[in-house]
Amino acid sequence: MKILVCISNVPDTTTKVKFTEGNKSLDTAGIQWVINPWDELSLTRALELKDNPASGVKSVTVAHVGTAASEPTIRKALAIGADEAIRVNAGAADAWYTAFQLAEVIRKEQFDLVLCGIESSDYNGSLVGGMIAEFLGIPNVSAVSSLNIENGKPVMVREIDGGKETVTVPVPCLAVVQKGIAKEPRIASMRGIMTARTKQIKIYEPAPAEPLTEVVSFSKPAPRAACRFIDPENAAELISILQNEAKVI
Amino acid sequence: MSVLVFTENWDRKFKKLSFELVSYARGVADLLNTSVLALSVGPVEDSELMKLGQYGASRIISIDRPELKNLDNQAWAGVIAAVALKEDARVLILSNNNTGKAIAPRLSVKLKAGVGAGVSSLPVSTEPFTVNKRAFSGNALAQTVIRSEMKILTLLQNSYGLCETENRAVIEKSDVQADTGFLKTEVLDVQKQTGKILLTDADIVVSGGRGMKSPDNWGPLVELATLLGGATACSRPVSDEGWRPHEEHTGQTGKIISPNLYIAVGISGATQHLAGVSSSKYIVAINTDKDAPIFEAAQYGIVGDAAKVLPKLVEAVREIKK
Ligand SMILES: Cc1cc2nc3c(=O)[nH]c(=O)nc-3n(C[C@H](O)[C@H](O)[C@H](O)COP(=O)(O)OP(=O)(O)OC[C@H]3O[C@@H](n4cnc5c(N)ncnc54)[C@H](O)[C@@H]3O)c2cc1C
Repeated sequence: MKILVCISNVPDTTTKVKFTEGNKSLDTAGIQWVINPWDELSLTRALELKDNPASGVKSVTVAHVGTAASEPTIRKALAIGADEAIRVNAGAADAWYTAFQLAEVIRKEQFDLVLCGIESSDYNGSLVGGMIAEFLGIPNVSAVSSLNIENGKPVMVREIDGGKETVTVPVPCLAVVQKGIAKEPRIASMRGIMTARTKQIKIYEPAPAEPLTEVVSFSKPAPRAACRFIDPENAAELISILQNEAKVI
Repeated sequence: MSVLVFTENWDRKFKKLSFELVSYARGVADLLNTSVLALSVGPVEDSELMKLGQYGASRIISIDRPELKNLDNQAWAGVIAAVALKEDARVLILSNNNTGKAIAPRLSVKLKAGVGAGVSSLPVSTEPFTVNKRAFSGNALAQTVIRSEMKILTLLQNSYGLCETENRAVIEKSDVQADTGFLKTEVLDVQKQTGKILLTDADIVVSGGRGMKSPDNWGPLVELATLLGGATACSRPVSDEGWRPHEEHTGQTGKIISPNLYIAVGISGATQHLAGVSSSKYIVAINTDKDAPIFEAAQYGIVGDAAKVLPKLVEAVREIKK
């Protein structure tokens, strides 16, 4: 079985985002770029499966749509343990465009199982995974919090509103994964970092496609009023404020 | 032309989320001078379907097919797309919940419709069609133009509110069938959470962090939530440690919620935690450290020990509930 993990390159999750050019673009000064947290967990789970011969997983590849500027993130994925890496040489214009490019790569390279994170922490779209599956006409399962391979079939737990379901779909298929898929992201070993340096990143030029959406500007949510402190000795006052002023209880 | 809203049901019933979606769809339809069509999949009775009319749906299409018992993203998207095309829908509206996130991307590709994912307010303009959507995990809004002819919007739960109207809807039973060739999802086991208010549905949430010190100290926190008719939540380290179940983990990598009231007890307020709760209408923080970042996000705060403050709050709520 061949697994593909799609990875997105996002600002570190502690970043205080700022915008420039009249709020038209992200101010990238000082930003630390990382593998999107859910993608890092997907990669970890894919590698855990590969470590277990019974799963039948033979290789784990990562794919990314982005310019050469995101190569450090791809190298990191290789250092963590991915066997191969692919980069589509184009900015990720929108979810549609990104998914279109990844679907093209998957058609050429053929994978049995594709993993995507439930969202990227920058545009929070929750779209790319499902879109790839539809472009390819293969089944997908969303909100997957556990993934195992049993007799060549992926068995997954998905979260539904108010519960969980254990499901399976035939391969080739795609899983959109969330929290729980792996406990902690795997950390690159010294040896991993060394071998990643010499691994080739396969570059594809993008296929012609037009994005459907365009971000024209950013704004910050309205700041909140300053906190009003209540004396801990008189905690009951809080309840009275919530009842009579805020009217939320 | 119409605005099509997909209204999911839970055990044949709609909930606040469904009515909020229809209210929102009504708002979008008003901007476009058109009407709202609600689509329900599953065995929902007419009396329940009619409730969607009270929030502004003019027509309600009900599809009840046995093959659509379990969610299969591909087959469900196929059915919704078929209705959207038949009804000449210009805008499709789904919740940004698990089901919406499962279906919207497939619908987008089927219909070549651009998606505004995670909206919380009406479009800023309809020409060009422009929405504000959640970005950078709640730290920004991205004003996004959707250029395709058809558009899909997914609405953040508890962000828009309910608007009732004097409207009577008509119900139509549709015979649109699922393409059984696409029904590939086999459900092996179901674990339902019963009897508890879902965290994502709750108007009031009481949440605990590492400052709760031990899994044994949760009694008064749970009691406070119960007395207030709310749900309980926690920070990531708390669920990672196994002090509380994973379903309660809120934040960037957990659940994103926007209750009317979020009470954070012993939570420092890390960016990743706030990413999941910052759109709550009111945030209350209880923390021993007056400089904890949670107080920057909170409107009300108590600098104090959770173990001492929580029992006092429980007592005070008991008083007012008497
Ligand atoms: C990629 C990534 C994703 C993440 N995603 C999430 C996420 O989704 N959700 C999340 O919550 N975290 C997330 N985190 C972790 C986050 O950075 C913080 O570590 C975490 O939120 C801290 O949890 P906490 O507030 O419970 O604990 P701490 O930061 O340890 O804070 C405990 C607080 O309790 C207070 N306290 C101590 N004793 C008492 C007492 N007796 N009474 C009252 N207060 C007391 C302390 O003053 C302190 O402010 C993520 C981190 C990363 C790197």
